[in-house]
Amino acid sequence: MIPLNYYLILSAVLFSIGTAGVFVRRNLITILLSIEIMLNAVNLTFVAFGRALGSADGQIIVFFVMTVAAAEAAVGLAIVIGLFRHRESLNPATFTSLKW
Amino acid sequence: MTEAVAFYAFAAVAVVASLLVIAQRNPVYSVLLLIASFGALSGLYVLLEAPFVAVIQIIVYAGAIMVLFLFVVMLLNAPHEDTEYDERVHPLLRPGPMRFGASLALLLAGELWWALGRAGDSGRFPAGAVASVGAIGRSLFTDYAFAFEVTSILILVAMVGAVVLARRDPFDRSVVPQLEEEAQVASSFGAGGPAPPENRP
Repeated sequence: MIPLNYYLILSAVLFSIGTAGVFVRRNLITILLSIEIMLNAVNLTFVAFGRALGSADGQIIVFFVMTVAAAEAAVGLAIVIGLFRHRESLNPATFTSLKW
Repeated sequence: MTEAVAFYAFAAVAVVASLLVIAQRNPVYSVLLLIASFGALSGLYVLLEAPFVAVIQIIVYAGAIMVLFLFVVMLLNAPHEDTEYDERVHPLLRPGPMRFGASLALLLAGELWWALGRAGDSGRFPAGAVASVGAIGRSLFTDYAFAFEVTSILILVAMVGAVVLARRDPFDRSVVPQLEEEAQVASSFGAGGPAPPENRP
């Protein structure tokens, strides 16, 4: 039987990979993918804790997280398409109009 | 024993695929590797006796959200990342915010590892698990009914927002000649839109 800690460490590693991706990559789509990695790491934690506590709440919260992730992906990708139409680039350093 | 082997295999696939997602410069490969990572996570959900989550992980994440990403990547046709630094240089040696971000991520990984390693081997799972879809559905439609309904509003708002944001701007200069042409064609059929020619006086 795999202990709970192993799942939590795996989730932490995945979350760190996602964080590193957001900071290191210079492509809006890869940054959105890194956010998806982070959301999945959190989902794994929810399911593992729900299993450890013997309750279904963890799985239900994962359901809601997936819904929000779908909404976020749809709106985020629409914004990416709009930005690409304006500047012909996906590099976040290009979009500095709101920078003071 | 079998469970341990499966856990390590799925964990290795998830971590390696996630690392390759952020190491690729071509977003198409990134999306495909992320689908592999989601498949491994789905296997981990099966090991955690959560078959419902495992299945919706495949259907919703790998099937719907990732296809949306892939669609946008191919629509934009901008496969390669334009970088102002040398790709071969290690992230910790690159200038400015990238070095800061990479070291911050390493720090976060170390911190989490340290914090979780201190707890020892205490987190054993109890025997009984809530695995049935029926139990989840009952809880979803009674205790979480309000959140469930709010979710439907959220999806509706996201759908309308995505359509509005990705819509072609009618005042965009590059589209104006095309729109004028369409308007001319429409007005040649008389007021009130494109009526059939034989109905004109």
